Amino acid sequence: MSEVIMSAAQKQKKSLKDILRGKKGQQFLVITLFMIVPLTLLIVFTGIPFFKMVQFSFYKMKYIGPREFVGLQNYKDVFQRSDIFKSLIVSVYYMGGAVVQLGLALFFATLLVFGTKGSSLFKGAMFFPYLICGIAVGFIFKFFYARGFVLDSILNLFGTDFDDIPLWLQDKRINNISLAATSVWRYLGQNMILFLGAMMSVDTELYEAAQLDGANKWHQFRYIILPSIKSIVVLNLILSISGSLSAFEPPYVITNGTMGTGTYFVIMNRLAHENQKVGLACAMAIVLLAIIIVCTVAQKLFFKYMFDDGTADESKAAVKKRKQHEKINRKALREGESKV
Amino acid sequence: MKKMKAGTFIFTVLKYVALATASIAALIPVLVCILTAFKTNEEYATTSVLELPQSFLYFENFKIAFEKANMLRGFFNTGLVMIVVLTASVFIGSMLAFVLNRFRFRGNAVVQNLFMFAALIPGIATQVTVYQIMHTLGFINHLYGYMIVMMGTDIISIYIFLQFFENLPVSLDESAIMDGCTYFGVFFKILFPLLKPAIVTSLVLKGVGIYNEYYMSNLYLQTPELKTISTALYTFTGPYGNQYNYICAGVLITIIPILILFLIFQKQVYGGMAAGAVKG
Repeated sequence: MSEVIMSAAQKQKKSLKDILRGKKGQQFLVITLFMIVPLTLLIVFTGIPFFKMVQFSFYKMKYIGPREFVGLQNYKDVFQRSDIFKSLIVSVYYMGGAVVQLGLALFFATLLVFGTKGSSLFKGAMFFPYLICGIAVGFIFKFFYARGFVLDSILNLFGTDFDDIPLWLQDKRINNISLAATSVWRYLGQNMILFLGAMMSVDTELYEAAQLDGANKWHQFRYIILPSIKSIVVLNLILSISGSLSAFEPPYVITNGTMGTGTYFVIMNRLAHENQKVGLACAMAIVLLAIIIVCTVAQKLFFKYMFDDGTADESKAAVKKRKQHEKINRKALREGESKV
Repeated sequence: MKKMKAGTFIFTVLKYVALATASIAALIPVLVCILTAFKTNEEYATTSVLELPQSFLYFENFKIAFEKANMLRGFFNTGLVMIVVLTASVFIGSMLAFVLNRFRFRGNAVVQNLFMFAALIPGIATQVTVYQIMHTLGFINHLYGYMIVMMGTDIISIYIFLQFFENLPVSLDESAIMDGCTYFGVFFKILFPLLKPAIVTSLVLKGVGIYNEYYMSNLYLQTPELKTISTALYTFTGPYGNQYNYICAGVLITIIPILILFLIFQKQVYGGMAAGAVKG
């Protein structure tokens, strides 16, 4: 699809060039002037840091002072140091949270897509947490979970005795669940809005037609809604992997990574800027990047295999069928024209 | 027929119960913050957090939070950063997208792929080495340094503009050029005004991002007079550790501007979400 557009654009550009023969210099000037700033920024703040990161990951070093080449030791440490290894396990809690979040987002988006009075109110209330800055989210939930405060009082209101309520942030069995829940609170509405957007792109006449045909809500969900959003659901599932490794501000404010709640970024931040283990932190960054690249490639392959391209929701077979149809139609049309 | 109606009725009731529960659950943590922010020290110490404050006109906590955390400075600095960075990134993003979309030249695909790859690297991860570069350039503890690095991490808006240019027909450019327009004229006079929806979307997304940004402002703006809104808020972790009536007031002060903007630009915010997602 995109190739077609591109080749058409190229054709048009060629004719543009023909008109402008001799204006090559101007073209060159525009290209250079418009690109110099973003490219410089890209090189200075992403390119060079990236290569330095790769380089530093092989050294034992601080920001200033002597460096010592240690080969792959830093990478070994990423998987062998207990604090880093634990942070990888902590991220599993956040992934679990992400799955719950996707399920809930899908559920609420489906409810809203059927048309509801006051839907903008519900949407607004559920989406708003996404706009609150991470530090504020941290404070809100530090207060929420503190002994005898918000959550405890609510549970108490419903008749639970204070003595039966666990310490949400100190109890090592549940504190990561508490923290992952803040993440669900923060991103649920945003996920829902994404899904809702994808669902709304379906022609509403389809729902009406289905209803007339006697399809119940489940059938409508199964055969109309789900196909329209499966690619965005899979995309979000994959993004949640890198997202759960990148969780930072709430755990940073709420527990600062104590009691076994240090996420990958909290630990990395501590190693890099407090302990100044720059080499090790760089190795952690490279490992994270490798995980993200693997996820991205997996996603691309998944879509290539399942769908026509990364954005379409039609399966490959459906596209083939549609194209065949179009071909036949065109042929019929041409024949019709020639007869006239 | 009647039976089906009963079924629909139950479905409707359950739907509203579910939606209302979720909305309340989303709002409760913030609502309790509002209650607490209006309580005097004594009330805070003696009443349950779920009790209403004696008066919703008690603004002392807000005053204290505003002054102690130096939030006026924070708002000023964040505002200044937003104006400069947003303006710059609208131009940088749209100009780059124009060149990449309208001209086929050697290296076009390479540049696009470079930006794509850069988008994959999570921001916090590279800061270990960006810190060194900022240090070398003498950018640390200067507002302009922070502004420049914030422009550099701008990839979403480039994508939004690239998508938008796909839908602007090249014939627009051609006819303008026939009329004797230069390429600069084509961009600034013809295309740039048409980009308005994309500009609003990228302003909303990027604006929220800058307003809430903590990590880099914490690293690169360390002196008290350079505090941004989120680093100012973070100062509450120290001396006010457990005075949640002050902390909640501080939290609300940071939330209010974004709430107002959200209520005004709801449509654009939701639209921006969708546009940002396609990039992934």
